[in-house]
Amino acid sequence: MAGHATELDAKTLWGGKESPFQTSYGKLMMWFFLVSDALTFGGLLVAYGFTRHDFQGAWPIGEETFNSLPFLGHGYPLIYVALMTFILIVSSVTMVLAVEAGHRMDKKGVIKWMIATIIGGFFFVGSQAWEWSHFIHGSEFGKIELADGSQAIVKGHFGELESFTVIEAGKHHKKGDVIKQDLMHQFQHAAEKGHLFALKDKLNEPVILLEDGSVAKIKKAADHEMVLIIKKSGKEHKVGKAPIKGKEAVEMYYSSLYSGEPNHVIYGANLKQNEYGPQQYGQFFFFITGFHGFHVFSGVVINIIIMLGAVAGTYHKRGHYEMVEKTGLYWHFVDLVWVFVFTFFYLI
Amino acid sequence: MERDDLIEYSLHAHHSEEQGKVLRKKIYFVTALLTVVTAVEVALGAFIHQSDAAWPFVKWSFVIMTLLKAGYIVMVFMHLGDEKKSLRYVILIPYFLFMLYLIFIALWEALEIGHAWSTYGGA
Repeated sequence: MAGHATELDAKTLWGGKESPFQTSYGKLMMWFFLVSDALTFGGLLVAYGFTRHDFQGAWPIGEETFNSLPFLGHGYPLIYVALMTFILIVSSVTMVLAVEAGHRMDKKGVIKWMIATIIGGFFFVGSQAWEWSHFIHGSEFGKIELADGSQAIVKGHFGELESFTVIEAGKHHKKGDVIKQDLMHQFQHAAEKGHLFALKDKLNEPVILLEDGSVAKIKKAADHEMVLIIKKSGKEHKVGKAPIKGKEAVEMYYSSLYSGEPNHVIYGANLKQNEYGPQQYGQFFFFITGFHGFHVFSGVVINIIIMLGAVAGTYHKRGHYEMVEKTGLYWHFVDLVWVFVFTFFYLI
Repeated sequence: MERDDLIEYSLHAHHSEEQGKVLRKKIYFVTALLTVVTAVEVALGAFIHQSDAAWPFVKWSFVIMTLLKAGYIVMVFMHLGDEKKSLRYVILIPYFLFMLYLIFIALWEALEIGHAWSTYGGA
């Protein structure tokens, strides 16, 4: 190795000494940073695995939790995350094409592919915003606690709420008023508080106690293909048994929802509880995808800065496009992390 | 030992049009591969349920496909495969050793804790 130093070009030398890996200082430090960042994400995913392995009960399943598409509703297991993955892969490809153009000193090529990468990055961040919003707001059915103390998630198509007809006046509404706005929000709010009532043999004639103290009859279309999947065992229904379907499911769901007792249903997710599974599941979702999303966002910002540098001709004058290569390393790393998050959070 | 089949990535070694073509061909190949593997993963995830008998096999195939994708991203997109061997191993070996240790110790411990909870009770 001692004789090797003489063969080296003076420009690849560090201040006085031979560069140990024949890479520049900046690139090497980027690699070291990425290794440390990879340890952080590795630690987070291992912590997720730890929690999942020591948890005694049913852990949420990706294809049941993530099965919605914007504008199209639900029933599309994993399609949305697959789309997000594809967007990130494509933007990684455009980034590597920008790096490749930089090595040929092709300024126009670098700018073109950098812009494509930035657009891809924005698409991914936007997709993640939609996914978070959907995760937080939850499904129309929520997670229901059944009469025997078991808990079930609900799949199927929620029959539309058509109107509330006031039968007892309150502060704002008079008797006979027909309310047609903001029904879902009021319905879910009342459900959480235990303000929905119906007699057991008259589940199709429910009433709602509204915020202003008025009471109204609920007019609601029938649900379709309702399925209850038990996620926490009770006295009667156990985890791992076949899902409950048909009339039986509808009756069990609504006798709990219309029982007039609070806390029988959870919609969406916050840091304390969520409709998908245990508390830790929601926390890991927010932390891991949030931390990754933060990386994507900062990657987009860095890409924009470097793209402007390329437009200004800074790197061309410098004689090399290594800045593009370094930001490229970071961007590929973000894609790399998503490959693992996709597998261990959504698939397995 | 110098190899002339590798495309040089050091600071001022600019690539020719010919080298660019070779690299782009490789990039498109990896793009197609990543897309196909992801599509296979989604199809398996959507159609095979965790209660199915085939699930353990599918689960391990996910792990293998993920490592395959990760390998191509690191080696081709981040072109660690074209860097000096010493750099490649300085980055990969400590990381893998530590992660394997962490995965082993954390999952093993988690199973033991879960076992203790179910045996001795607790909230």
